[in-house]
Amino acid sequence: MLKAVGFFVRVVLARAYVRVIGAQRELSWIIGDTLLPFLAVAAYVYVYKAMGAPEKYTGFVVLGGIIVTFWMHMIWSMAMQFFWEKEMGNLERYLMSPLPRPALLLGMALGGIVMTSTRALIIYLASRLFFHLEFHVTEPGLAVAVFVATLFALYGMGMVLSSLFFIAGRGIYYGLQITAEPIFFLGGFYFPVRQLGLLVGAAAAALIPTTLGLDALRQTMLDAYDTGILSPNIELLILTVMGVVFVYASVVIIHRMEDYGRRSGKLILRNE
Amino acid sequence: MGHILNERTTSEFSIETVKLRRVFRLDRRARRDAGKLLVALDDMDLQVRRGELFGCLGPNGAGKTTLIRILATLLTPSGGRAFVEGFDVHRETHRVRPIINMVSGGETCGYGILTAMENLRLFTELYGIPWRIARPRVERMLEVVGLDKFKRVRVNKLSTGLRQRVNFARGFTTDPKVLFLDEPTTGLDVHSARNTRDFIRQWLAENPRKTILLTTHYMAEADELCDRVAIIDRGLMVACDTPAALKKTVRRETALELTISGVEPPPDKWKRLEGVVNLAVESNPLEKVTNVRVLLSDAGAGGMLIREITDDGRRLLGLHTIEPTLEDVFIKLTGRRLSESEPAPTAGGG
Repeated sequence: MLKAVGFFVRVVLARAYVRVIGAQRELSWIIGDTLLPFLAVAAYVYVYKAMGAPEKYTGFVVLGGIIVTFWMHMIWSMAMQFFWEKEMGNLERYLMSPLPRPALLLGMALGGIVMTSTRALIIYLASRLFFHLEFHVTEPGLAVAVFVATLFALYGMGMVLSSLFFIAGRGIYYGLQITAEPIFFLGGFYFPVRQLGLLVGAAAAALIPTTLGLDALRQTMLDAYDTGILSPNIELLILTVMGVVFVYASVVIIHRMEDYGRRSGKLILRNE
Repeated sequence: MGHILNERTTSEFSIETVKLRRVFRLDRRARRDAGKLLVALDDMDLQVRRGELFGCLGPNGAGKTTLIRILATLLTPSGGRAFVEGFDVHRETHRVRPIINMVSGGETCGYGILTAMENLRLFTELYGIPWRIARPRVERMLEVVGLDKFKRVRVNKLSTGLRQRVNFARGFTTDPKVLFLDEPTTGLDVHSARNTRDFIRQWLAENPRKTILLTTHYMAEADELCDRVAIIDRGLMVACDTPAALKKTVRRETALELTISGVEPPPDKWKRLEGVVNLAVESNPLEKVTNVRVLLSDAGAGGMLIREITDDGRRLLGLHTIEPTLEDVFIKLTGRRLSESEPAPTAGGG
């Protein structure tokens, strides 16, 4: 049992290492993942400032920009990851090795969280510097819990998508591109999602973990309880349940998809 | 099940297949053949002894890679069974995977952002091997493949050839009991291919209880390296023996290599001439010639064949006798050359 746990942890750390080290070595990644989202954040901040919107709207946008980096990473480096692994010739190597499959997913997720957190931190610091952003954290413990639960649910979702797209071809790449803008809209990344109406906001929250997480973070970190769709405590509970369900589902799905891939021969075929 | 397992584990065979079969359903990319079944492996019975360097020789599309992918647990058989070190590759993947590894020639793997050494470390971690055990192996393999000077260089800064060497090294760093080498020298220059073959032989000499299954379409490689060779064609094993014994089957025959004008396929009547055992052609459209390799049971039949060639309006541009090789064994058995890629036969659709 102890040996199995040790092996699991070894694989998690080994796979996470690739991402953590990548964050330090590839300057172009850092620029692409921080500068571009920051420019989008800046654009919205200036729109709100030009309209004379309350100061907390700057915070809305900055929090949205931070969560966007995690969302983008989840889509392109979690959901799509096995597609890239196949392209690089790694997928076969992984699958013929004895590694526990969930450990591989978890390693990707944890490495990704560490890597993306540095980008998120840069966006936050740049926002403080350029926009003099101040958070008004009323419940620090709750805020931290919500942030952790949001990442848990988001990367749990990434693990599910990754498992689902395990043997997918190039079509999934285009599919994800098409969904990007609607998700940005429904995710309320740059505005309070309640503006879409309670029903639409709740529906988006049920589909996209970041919608719920962002809503709770805005309430707890910007004292914006009037713009929330649900109480942050309830949102924390839902996010935690979402995370547990996603992680469990990913474990089931990855094994099923691997079996299907071995039966159909799709594991060994090149991406279309 | 436990009884079967114990019985199998103590078997003298490191790899065994029993009526192993794999069919693929052709998808829309196959256009008019879409929906048909492609038989990649057809009731293959194979026994590889522990400590053996066993070769699977056949043209592209013969089923060699399918066989290796099944044994490496990446593909399930459509029928029959396969065992590695006594464990069923379909039902006992958790027992098979820790003791195998595979290297496919011409491929690279790992992450460009990591150094050669970090990549090799990563792949040993996936087998649960602590770094203190893996490190000496990694260091040695980097030396063997000539990458010791580049071990701290990021892989995306290495040439494709060097990256292929990292991939080759990866296969040995987990110290597998059974190693699958799928066309290991594909894409390597002559010098690197020679070093690769030397190392394969050396590794097995140092580890006499380990087994290597190697696929290749280079008959010289199979001849030089393998203790035994299975000749595979269209999913079927058409012969299996030591290279010397296989060549013995064509020792009495005379092998000729003819170069004739034109690229049109030769008529069947050439094959039917008395004294012609079999012949295989390879056209060269660039030079507008056809190379004909022919096995004769009677050297005198060569004259008749040349007469037929000239009667058909083709000019004989070159002729020389050759020492029969495994290629001639293949030609004798199949009527084709190893360099021809042959799609596996399709079965009825639906």
